[in-house]
Amino acid sequence: MRTPLRPLSRRGLLSGTLGSAALLTMGGSLAGCGTKGAQQTEAGCVSEDLSGTEKKLAFSNWPQYMDVDEKDESKRPSLDEFITKTGIQVTYTEDINDNNEFFGKVQNQLAACQSTDRDLIVLTDWMAARMIRLGWIQKLDPAKIPNVQANLLPSLINRPFDTENRISIPWQSGLAGLAYNGNVTKELRTVDELLTRPDLKGKVTALSEMRDTMGLLLGSNGHDPANFTPAQFDDALNKLKKAVDSGQIRKFTGNDYAPDLAKGDIAACIGWSGDIIQLSGEDEKVRFVAPDSGVMLYSDNMMVPNKATHRANAEQLINYYYEPAVAAKLAAYVNYICPVKGAQAEMEKIDPELAANPLIFPDEALLSKSKVFMALDEKQEKEYEGKFQQVIGA
Amino acid sequence: MTLLAPTGSGRPPPAPPAARSGRRGLLPYLLLLPGAAWLFVFFGVPLAQLAAASLYDPSGSLATGYAMTWAFSNYPDVVQAYWPQFLRSFGYAGLALVLALLLGYPLAYAIAQKAGRWKNLLLVCVVAPMFTSFLVRTLAWKTILSDNGALVGLLRDVHLLAPDGRLLATPFAVVLGLTYNFLPFLVLPLYASLERLDPRLLEAATDLYASGAQAFRRVTLPLSMPGLVAGTLLFFIPASGDYINAELLGTPNEYMIGNVIDSAFLVRLDYPQGAALSFLLMAAILAVVFGYLRRAGTEEVL
Repeated sequence: MRTPLRPLSRRGLLSGTLGSAALLTMGGSLAGCGTKGAQQTEAGCVSEDLSGTEKKLAFSNWPQYMDVDEKDESKRPSLDEFITKTGIQVTYTEDINDNNEFFGKVQNQLAACQSTDRDLIVLTDWMAARMIRLGWIQKLDPAKIPNVQANLLPSLINRPFDTENRISIPWQSGLAGLAYNGNVTKELRTVDELLTRPDLKGKVTALSEMRDTMGLLLGSNGHDPANFTPAQFDDALNKLKKAVDSGQIRKFTGNDYAPDLAKGDIAACIGWSGDIIQLSGEDEKVRFVAPDSGVMLYSDNMMVPNKATHRANAEQLINYYYEPAVAAKLAAYVNYICPVKGAQAEMEKIDPELAANPLIFPDEALLSKSKVFMALDEKQEKEYEGKFQQVIGA
Repeated sequence: MTLLAPTGSGRPPPAPPAARSGRRGLLPYLLLLPGAAWLFVFFGVPLAQLAAASLYDPSGSLATGYAMTWAFSNYPDVVQAYWPQFLRSFGYAGLALVLALLLGYPLAYAIAQKAGRWKNLLLVCVVAPMFTSFLVRTLAWKTILSDNGALVGLLRDVHLLAPDGRLLATPFAVVLGLTYNFLPFLVLPLYASLERLDPRLLEAATDLYASGAQAFRRVTLPLSMPGLVAGTLLFFIPASGDYINAELLGTPNEYMIGNVIDSAFLVRLDYPQGAALSFLLMAAILAVVFGYLRRAGTEEVL
């Protein structure tokens, strides 16, 4: 020791006493800590509906998920038409960039049954499932959304987390599959090729979205992503781990893979159909591949959170966007899979080429290959997500 | 504390007039009050909450809530699961620090002592990148290091890189990103202390037959110690907790502890684990800093 032991000084004694006192009080108050459950029940958290008197609606959505006027990007033709038709003032905010991030933004309010100041939000299946499980979402009145009952695409009816189609209504859907950049690599057909082909080593990305990546891998092992056992999951995870350890997979991404794929830093990846259509519009050598072993079908869903005070207005908007003509207008701009039956016929009038695109209006062959990931309960979700995160390195 | 208690060294402080001593004694505390209140509300309370969360029952969940069970086992559990990321964080931050010192010390010295009328312009050049967002700067590095970019192409042509070699998504890129992003934090304090260095001291050293290297070691370096200590701390602390560089420029194999904490809180919703990791990171950094200050001496910094 460099400093010899000194006798206790007055200051030392004082600060020592103060310090331990502070620690003790802190310990004491910590013992009283703990958090209450975030679970809400329909009876415990009742929301008022002021739609009768207030013609307002606060709508939160993802960026570039609404049609805009070609000349004036601040105008949104389909939404403006809704406003003129119904007189409901819609405050449209593009403040959802990431499911997890948005969850973090609203979780405190919703867990305490308080208003988020939003009447309509759009979130992806698994996050919708989690919020529904937590009892944070209001049920809609089926009688007020007849267009949904009539026009919802058959493969999206009765999904495991919303068996009555009255809590979460698809805004747009998409496929998770494979994609490659033909400028830097040759054609790609299967998931196994993506994970093992030597010329792709270090030039592959996969999605950090567990359900999409693991769904494709489960399918490639011949298992059903909609109904699998823990052992089958581990099998698929091992396959992924091998590809990570060997350096085949360069990283796991959200939407940010798209510019890298376009540049060719990534030669091939697991990606989303909507992104790839937009990229192939600029460079036709960027292609989306639906492997024979299956693709994952996901949707982003409109939901009315607890304590939102304009549910009936939201129902009107949902019903409006399920009119085939309106849906076609929207689909022509956003290029995701349109969840509305009859929109294809309407699209013929706008743009016949888009109407024939299977990634916007999938044919039977593609739909039969598409799967929705199994609904997980909270314990399963934590376990699977934990294992998956460990493999993807976070 | 030096504010409140008379220091042992130097002259004894003049005795304050008896009548006013009461108010004099309170004044420093009153001056502390706003800052202390701020710290208490926005740092103390969240910190205590985080400490509590790190001891919650790990089998709790968002839906059912977390019970306080004093689960100290959370700590060994996270160390066991994530020690590689811990080591990597400090390894990368340390490497980046060495690189930054090699780049930053000569730079600060040149600006402070040799730049003459260019001094202000050069200082602006050091600070200017900070006017744009941290994210944008890191994304720019992604373009510079791109597999099909000019830099990689050049390195391949001169055979410094294998034909299928890459810079992006390697540890090299992450360390480079850290070095670049935090360099100004090192350069500015260094500049401040080197600027005060009296050139006549160096002349005197050479008059006394010191070689250039000796003058640097015996005069320049000791006199720049305060800036060096402050700068290295300002560099090392944020660098070891950073996750943006590893996220954007690295791969899962380069993930640092910040990435793990991010995913524990936002993706896996494992709050006890995320809190325990945050506390460990804080403790580890404090240990490193205290160890360092003990060796380097605090008087010059504080």
